[in-house]
Amino acid sequence: MKVTVRLFASLREGRFESREFEFRDGGLVADAIFAAGLRAGEATVIFRNARHADPPDGLAEGDILAFFPPVGGG
Amino acid sequence: MAAARPDASVPRATHPERAAFLEKETRLGFLPWSAEVEAASRFGLGAREIEAEALALGILPARYARNAGLFGIEGQRAFHAARVVVAGCGGLGGYLVEYLARLGVGAIVAVDPDPFDETNLNRQLLATIDDLGRPKVDAAARRVAAVNPAVSLVAVRERLCAQNAERLIGGASAIADGLDSIPARLEIAAAASRLGVPFVHAAVAGWYGQAATQAPGASTLAAIYGDCPSERGAETALGNQAFVPALAAALEVAEICKIILGLPAGLENRLLVFDLLAMETSSFPLA
Repeated sequence: MKVTVRLFASLREGRFESREFEFRDGGLVADAIFAAGLRAGEATVIFRNARHADPPDGLAEGDILAFFPPVGGG
Repeated sequence: MAAARPDASVPRATHPERAAFLEKETRLGFLPWSAEVEAASRFGLGAREIEAEALALGILPARYARNAGLFGIEGQRAFHAARVVVAGCGGLGGYLVEYLARLGVGAIVAVDPDPFDETNLNRQLLATIDDLGRPKVDAAARRVAAVNPAVSLVAVRERLCAQNAERLIGGASAIADGLDSIPARLEIAAAASRLGVPFVHAAVAGWYGQAATQAPGASTLAAIYGDCPSERGAETALGNQAFVPALAAALEVAEICKIILGLPAGLENRLLVFDLLAMETSSFPLA
């Protein structure tokens, strides 16, 4: 299945803005994090089809994932 | 979301002699600052009490003339009766205090344990060379006294935490997030949710920022940060500038305005993210 991964803010640096990936059935959000070249803890805010998601959530054909880094400055 | 609770310290009834004076001094529908000063001196009251009386009489102090189109006298009364806690007086907090004081929020509780250091000068509105080494909350008090003496700025030189949350934020109209650590945000947001106080969140890093509003009883901040193990985020590598927290604080105050006025807060349980490098904004509902 094809899934679009969109990276935001500093996660784009040295990577990409938006890219399509192919996953096997049963693939998880965590697989997309790995495929996008993100390290553990780098993308803590995740949306799947504009809804909040977590790494153990399953993927479906045509999903659009958005990954954000944690932002904590004040 | 619930509208602000009225502050019992604001007088509702007006004194006939003071009312006559304020009405006589009103010019083109507005009360000039010079008349507020004269009234305060003549009747032995503070600027805050004089403004409360003027607003109760339907007289708008001239400083709020440009507020009238958006908020009217009723809105200005609601701001005057409101109490907003600014949690942290750094990059976000300096702008939060400035915007809230100019808006006419009657009581601002500024909470921050730290003094200014040189690295604050690139972005923190309240930071000046003369204030290096001095408490941030004292600078907030001086700034508010200089801009709008009708606003009561309560300076609290403490770290806001679960232990002092009830004392400092109980009954507040809203909490404005000017914190600089993720665990502190989660702790205060959880306390705010429990105490029934809206928590208006923002955070910044480099070119990037985000904002969201947590209603009483909700766990919006937990939905944003999840089980994020880190104390800090991308700002550790990217640093912070003045214009990014200025924008994030503006988003927060826009939300606080609506909460005080009893209007729907557009970011309730919704995360707005902005990227000033790509000049993009996105927003997402939080489950």
